Amino acid sequence: MSALVGNGNGIQTKLLWGAIAALGAVSLGIVALSRGEPVNAAWLVIAAVCIYFIAYRYYALFIANKVLGINPARLTPAIRHNDGLDYVPTNRYVLFGHHFAAIAGAGPLVGPVLAAQMGYLPGTLWILAGVVVAGAVQDMTVLFLSTRRDGHSLGDMVRAEMGPVAGTIAGIGILLICIIILAVLALVVVQALVGSPWGTFTVFCTLPIALIMGVYGRFIRRGRVGEMSLIGFVLLLAALIYGQTVSQTPELAAYFNLSGPTLALIIIGYGFVASVLPVWLLLAPRDYLSTFMKIGVITLLAIAIIIVRPDLQMPAVTKFIDGTGPVWAGSLFPFLFITIACGSVSGWHSLIASGTTPKMIESESQIPFIGYGAMLMESFVAIMAMISASVLHPGVYFAMNSAAGIIGTTAVQAAQTVSNMGFVVTPDQLTQVAHDVGEISILSRTGGAPTLAVGMSQILSSLFGGQALAGIWYHFAILFEALFILTTVDAGTRVCRFMIQDLVGNAIPAFKETKSWANNLIGSALACVLWGYFLYQGVIDPLGGIWTMWPLFGTSNQMLAAIALVLCTVVLFKMKHERFAWVTVVPATWLVVCTVTAGVEKVFHPNPAIGFLAHAARMSNAIAAGQVLAPAHSLSEMSRLVFNDYVDATLAALFAAVVVSMVVYGFLDIRKALGTPKATAMEVEFAGAAVGGRNA
Amino acid sequence: MPDLLSIKFAEWKEHGKTVKTWSVRAARLMIGVPDYDTYVQHRRTNHPELPIMTYEEFFVERQEARYAVGKGRFRGCC
Repeated sequence: MSALVGNGNGIQTKLLWGAIAALGAVSLGIVALSRGEPVNAAWLVIAAVCIYFIAYRYYALFIANKVLGINPARLTPAIRHNDGLDYVPTNRYVLFGHHFAAIAGAGPLVGPVLAAQMGYLPGTLWILAGVVVAGAVQDMTVLFLSTRRDGHSLGDMVRAEMGPVAGTIAGIGILLICIIILAVLALVVVQALVGSPWGTFTVFCTLPIALIMGVYGRFIRRGRVGEMSLIGFVLLLAALIYGQTVSQTPELAAYFNLSGPTLALIIIGYGFVASVLPVWLLLAPRDYLSTFMKIGVITLLAIAIIIVRPDLQMPAVTKFIDGTGPVWAGSLFPFLFITIACGSVSGWHSLIASGTTPKMIESESQIPFIGYGAMLMESFVAIMAMISASVLHPGVYFAMNSAAGIIGTTAVQAAQTVSNMGFVVTPDQLTQVAHDVGEISILSRTGGAPTLAVGMSQILSSLFGGQALAGIWYHFAILFEALFILTTVDAGTRVCRFMIQDLVGNAIPAFKETKSWANNLIGSALACVLWGYFLYQGVIDPLGGIWTMWPLFGTSNQMLAAIALVLCTVVLFKMKHERFAWVTVVPATWLVVCTVTAGVEKVFHPNPAIGFLAHAARMSNAIAAGQVLAPAHSLSEMSRLVFNDYVDATLAALFAAVVVSMVVYGFLDIRKALGTPKATAMEVEFAGAAVGGRNA
Repeated sequence: MPDLLSIKFAEWKEHGKTVKTWSVRAARLMIGVPDYDTYVQHRRTNHPELPIMTYEEFFVERQEARYAVGKGRFRGCC
């Protein structure tokens, strides 16, 4: 291992790296160039892992040593402010786990599944290239900046380095992304649970289970996390198994066979309650359970993929790269990149890399391992999601991911439409898949989660249990996704409420007081209404919601990444490291071009499938003519769609505007920095280690 | 060779223990609870005059801090 991460230059080391490079090149060649024959997933895994190793060894360490100039002798906040609580020097492997658990989420699982509509190749190439050049660079650089600034948050760093106006703009951007993320993730859960009594029952059971865990961990055996998690896990498995009985008993199933709008209202209500209740009762126990399950399932899936080595059924490239696909609208550029988002570069991570992690780093020398390394791991999760989606029969994939407005509501219609797209599938195949996983239907289960769950159940059931357990594995996968998405929803609502209180508090100072119950209730309600509005709008969208919402989410996420990378670039100039600024300038430019193009296209594109204004105009014209256009059922529904279009258009325009103004501020700051002879970055003063950091 | 076997066994037991200790630490930190012994050690060494929280108090304090509204802690979205 030391040869892989160290700087050895011996002949053996060189041979080893040559072999890794050759293996990676061969694997990538097989993945990229084979046509017709199904490719084995193992090649994808090998190519990815080789690329990660090479990227880490050569690019991450180059950035660390040359570009950022990390200095192991410099004391980190963890050492200087050590309090045993927030600031604790932490073993790098333990901290890696902490950081990875904090950045891993639904994004890298859902994005690649949706991106598979263009075939597995375009998405895979971007997941690999994007993480090496953009995503991991962003995570690591922000982690470095925050470590040098006592663990300050992204917003604070933008304010300090680029001024209060830029700071406020970034703050608005962060609030927007928060709202959209909560809405889209909740939408993924709703789409996965609609008309699925088994899934709904199991997910609902997590509430009483969390309460039991919460009471146990608070009053019976305080702080015994292992015990309470074990209890929770056993109860969860029981709920999962009993869920099958529920779904097969019509009287019981009726209670859990819910419509989209009902589920949406329940989740909005849940978000409100969970963010107001004491954390130990509901939020924390769910968080524990979902964190452990997330890490466990990701590990399990990795092992299963390596052992099972499934063939990829999806073609390398489909005809939908022209932008006519049924899963989401828009052409390869910019929308493929917007869709994948988190698996290659996620703006959200800039918030985490400037959160708790920088307060626990023992030595600056560990920044590449934790910042760059954890993001490589995240990218691997995205690759696994891509594999899971691609092991499905393409006909099944498109039947699951196209809205009912496109493929109809019966298996016969769906098979007909999907076969006409060029992915020949029979109605029997579609019903068989549903039957195998214990669902009534798998048609139009948009949102990515059900597709991922079917793929995971195929992979996992060929490892454990075979066909008999396919249903359990499917619902286990749904449960795992729903569990950690809902944990994001409740924790996110709390964060959102704080940001709203902070923002409104500027006008009404009394509103800033976070201890006040009235403020908490009002703040939480406001937060829930904001994301709930978009969630509800997505749920009643006859095109399935994901069609409209996911590109908005992707744009907001990439917008935040652009903000973070602009900050990184400005700081490199202020540090007088401009010689190496291309390291962040290249990904920043790419993200700016991507988000601005996507934002502008979402607003002004003449195709109503892509442009909100064109869609609104089409609907308005129809209203004026007294016509009701599909997917709407009445004129009032039409006017609501028009209103939603304008809201969405405003948002997309705002994202683009935020990015553009950050770029303008970035340019001004860079010019100022170039005009100043000495370094002006606002780092805390250098303090050298008396005994040297405990860097391993 | 019973001796050698028992030595090997003891060695593996030791390894197992280390793996367990570190896994538990990693798992705890993933949910925002840093190592308690490290905290106690820190307090004893640097602030012997100040009170030391029990594990239970420490856990509750960390739990509140992880979800404290106002600190803007972001986690697990994508």
